[in-house]
Amino acid sequence: MEEERKFSDICGGRLALQRRYYSPSCREFCLSCPRLSLRSLTAVTCTVWLAAYGLFTLCENSMILSAAIFITLLGLLGYLHFVKIDQETLLIIDSLGIQMTSSYASGKETTTFIEMNKVKDVVINEAIYMQKVIYYLCILLKDPVEPHEISQVVPVFQSSKPRLDCLIEVYRSCQEILAHEKATSRSP
Amino acid sequence: MVLKAFFPTCCASADSGLLVGRWVPEQSSAVVLAVVHFPFIPIQVKELLAQVQQASRVGVAVLGTWCHCQQKPEESLGRFLEGLGAVFPHDPWLQLCRERGSKFWSCKATHRQVPAAPGAASEDQVMLIFYDQRKVLLSQLHPPAALPDHQAGDASASTGGLAAIFDTVARSESLFRSDRFDEGPVRLSHWQSEGVEASILVELAKRASGPVCLLLACLLSLVSAASACRVFKLWPLSFLGSKLSTCEQLRHRLEQLTLIFSTQKATDPTELMRCDRPAQPLRHPHSANMLVSVLLDVNRLGQLADALVPVADHVAEQLQHLLQWLMGAPAGLKMNRALDQVLGRFFLYHIHLWISYIHLMSPFIERILWHVGLSACLGLTVALSILWDIIALLTFHIYCFYVYGARLYCLKVYGLSSLWRLFRGKKWNVLRQRVDSCSYDLDQLFIGTLLFTILVFLLPTTALYYLVFTLLRLLVVAVQGLIHLLVDMVNSLPLYSLGLRLCRPYRLAAGVKFRILEHQAGRPLRLLMQINPLPYGRVVHTYRLPSCGCHPKHSWGSLCRKLFLGELIYPWRQREDKQD
Repeated sequence: MEEERKFSDICGGRLALQRRYYSPSCREFCLSCPRLSLRSLTAVTCTVWLAAYGLFTLCENSMILSAAIFITLLGLLGYLHFVKIDQETLLIIDSLGIQMTSSYASGKETTTFIEMNKVKDVVINEAIYMQKVIYYLCILLKDPVEPHEISQVVPVFQSSKPRLDCLIEVYRSCQEILAHEKATSRSP
Repeated sequence: MVLKAFFPTCCASADSGLLVGRWVPEQSSAVVLAVVHFPFIPIQVKELLAQVQQASRVGVAVLGTWCHCQQKPEESLGRFLEGLGAVFPHDPWLQLCRERGSKFWSCKATHRQVPAAPGAASEDQVMLIFYDQRKVLLSQLHPPAALPDHQAGDASASTGGLAAIFDTVARSESLFRSDRFDEGPVRLSHWQSEGVEASILVELAKRASGPVCLLLACLLSLVSAASACRVFKLWPLSFLGSKLSTCEQLRHRLEQLTLIFSTQKATDPTELMRCDRPAQPLRHPHSANMLVSVLLDVNRLGQLADALVPVADHVAEQLQHLLQWLMGAPAGLKMNRALDQVLGRFFLYHIHLWISYIHLMSPFIERILWHVGLSACLGLTVALSILWDIIALLTFHIYCFYVYGARLYCLKVYGLSSLWRLFRGKKWNVLRQRVDSCSYDLDQLFIGTLLFTILVFLLPTTALYYLVFTLLRLLVVAVQGLIHLLVDMVNSLPLYSLGLRLCRPYRLAAGVKFRILEHQAGRPLRLLMQINPLPYGRVVHTYRLPSCGCHPKHSWGSLCRKLFLGELIYPWRQREDKQD
């Protein structure tokens, strides 16, 4: 069962949340970030090339122009491969764990999997970021030595940064699964 | 809890039979290791499982049945499969079924024992997780934080979570030894059933490694005995040996090689990991070997020797120009003419001596360099260490100038501080380590003030010379430091592990990742488990070899203080030397 809804992130950009409901114990949330806009790309390229042309008129060395082209290309490739995240996915499987995948614009995917026995809870936290108060969803991990203490807080959807309404949806589904998992693990 | 069945991808197309594997009750997961095909005799299957259990200490048992047939299973086959449940008692009893050519499976897990609460289902939901048996067998999990009390391999696989799955598969190697060409009583299907994987070269290397290790260990012990003999402990040679970084590097390499080729068993698990990758330091000099043979041609050595003497001349000339500039009015400052001339002439004479020495040695330099360059084939690090030593020897006069300037300046600063105290009527009490007031005689005060004035007016000249030579010395130290850093980096870089991460990423695993396969409502959920390789930064961090560890012992604050006071800086002095 698939559902798609439109939300917005903390800066006002448009996000699309896709929910896939595979079974009562397995759900997937896929947040798509806004694509690289042509406007910003053109602006950056023009600035860099104008600066290079300015340097060229000062130094009369044509290497500067080729270097500027090179730098622009490499910079764009590096940005697409290492910085620009296209989609963030949260897969929660009852009794296995929670998996977070980030796919970059160049196709690279990085995955982190946290086992269910390490997960204490999934909560929405507040944070003060410059002049804003933002909400973010995070996974609390159990301390292996002290089972009642929290050892680490892992934030989710770090680069798409959705607003509270989107987070509440995801939070409710996660809590359903966690509650179901706790209920079944307690019964023999 | 949902029952998780870990199924190997290689058995997905196998014929019907029995599922053999391990049941982990804490996580409610069944790890299927192999499929036993019909026809079989139950007694023989039980014997085989007992053998495997004894060899690997993994609780292998028959978990259920596997049915891969043309159409829907018939009634009789169904009852036969259920009857098998009576022969091999296992709770819960797994029944996996797949139609040939269909993607979707049907799974059932039944509990034998009737649950206490009535109405509770005796059947569990099953989740299928496919895994690549070969990759899981060969890979090594790197947990994010290893707790100190959980280390050193607990015998029973009581490690939690996915580590238990990896552990089970890795330890059941004895189950995978037979392939379908063997004439055993039981026919198994697993990742090696099409033929056991082996490499002729690896087998040959294993056979040859014993005697070769022995031979090399003998050679190395001879070399170490020769280097430990009494001659090298005498003063000039031992002093040189501790100062030259080439000797340090050779000693380090000798230690490493001795460790690798030692015939004793490694006790420490980290040692074992390094011996387990015996090629690691071996491959490294080999690759560095190729690099060096490309970089340092024998022709190039001659060119280097030819270029050395003019470079030394050039440096000396530049130093002379610098001293002439200092003897004039450097940067518009007015120097004390007499002291200026004395110091300038002293240093100029020193340079003259040095140049004469270089010109005297120049016919021998080429020959020495050629012989020294031969030893550079021992590796890039040795070549870099030789470069370090050559730089140290060539800039020896800068070091001398720095020492003279620093000593002079230091004396001046101490004298000034002591006479300043006298000027104010105070004295340094050595016993109490503090400044006390003291009444001086008139003539003491007179001479003290006179000397103080003289020292104050001579201070700018001495300070300038000190500044200039300290800067030169710091420049040389910076260059040497860079080379040292490079040598350290090459020494401690785990090239083998990086290569492994590049070519066989599944060997070094940071974790796993799951992918949900095509799903149909009402059918059990199917997942594919893949290995998540370790990022390169963590590979270097985990497997980095211990380096010489020549880190600067001073903080920036103490360095600045020493520079200000004129105390000598020894950047390469090891901690042990300080205790001597």
